Amino acid sequence: MSTAEVAKRAEGNWRDDFLFGAWQMAPLLLAGIPFALILGTTAAAKGLSPAETGLMSAFVFAGSAQFIAAGLWTHPIPIFVVIATTWMVNLRHLLMSASIGPQMGRFSRRQSYFGLFFLADEIWAVALRRAAEGKLTPAYYFGQSLPFWVSWVFWSTTGNILGSTIADPSRYGFDYAFVAVFLVILFGFCRNRASLIPIVVSAATALIAWKLLPSVWYIFIGGIAGTVAAALIAKPETAWPDDAH
Amino acid sequence: MRIDLATLATWVGMMLATYSSRVAGFWFVQRFPIRGRLKAGLEAVPLAVLTALIAPTVLATGPAETLAGLVTLLLAWRLPVLAAVIGGVAAVVLLRNFMG
Repeated sequence: MSTAEVAKRAEGNWRDDFLFGAWQMAPLLLAGIPFALILGTTAAAKGLSPAETGLMSAFVFAGSAQFIAAGLWTHPIPIFVVIATTWMVNLRHLLMSASIGPQMGRFSRRQSYFGLFFLADEIWAVALRRAAEGKLTPAYYFGQSLPFWVSWVFWSTTGNILGSTIADPSRYGFDYAFVAVFLVILFGFCRNRASLIPIVVSAATALIAWKLLPSVWYIFIGGIAGTVAAALIAKPETAWPDDAH
Repeated sequence: MRIDLATLATWVGMMLATYSSRVAGFWFVQRFPIRGRLKAGLEAVPLAVLTALIAPTVLATGPAETLAGLVTLLLAWRLPVLAAVIGGVAAVVLLRNFMG
């Protein structure tokens, strides 16, 4: 079945919509497996058990924060440093959840608050792409999220059990799959010349922050700078691209 | 199945730190009218955050990553998403081999 046929069938039907969400996340799910394995290996090297590693992935479900936490791990556990770092690494989710909020009109309150637990970068980006087609449903979103979550928990636990037998993901370009997907989605979101302002401002600010600041501050700083730039250039009350497309 | 209590407490803390940031923005936009500059800013969030996520890899890691980014964009212009992604990944593997 072609993607277009799957898409056509998916409209309106819970099961088909769920499967279509899962199908569209499949490349990202596969690309995430080597990273889950490496996270598990790293956690094992720090003395965490398979159960502890699986629970971390199940509870936290935030790749970059988990990698940083595993890196910081010592005994006694620097619990406040780890939690504060997690919060800092995840600041971008404030922006992400604000941007997806207006697109969740088909979600009940309960579905929204349950669904937002799964708002990882990959899920957010693909969900917004679906929303741009006017078709973001709870079924699609949970089809994206639940298999992705199961895979993340399963493969990070497996990585912990296997130990240090895993090859470097950059050797096969797995590290670049996320970049390529985000680039394609970004390309799809460019609608007019005004789109270039947040992109240029964000890229410039993120690169400077990446050079000067530790860890992943660059993501939040670039994101907020691009967002503010777009807000500032908008003409008040004629909120932008509406009149341009 | 060994599960240390302090470890579990850390996971719960990390979960709350993550979940709070994943609902706070949503909570905010449910309560304020989305118009004018706020609307323009929110509509630019995907552009700004996606750019910030990939900027260091695409623009400042090496010629292989930058060229593969261009290949990905060229493919995305004409082909479906999956083809562009596979093409971009293949390009980065090849270019890294050639460029070290």
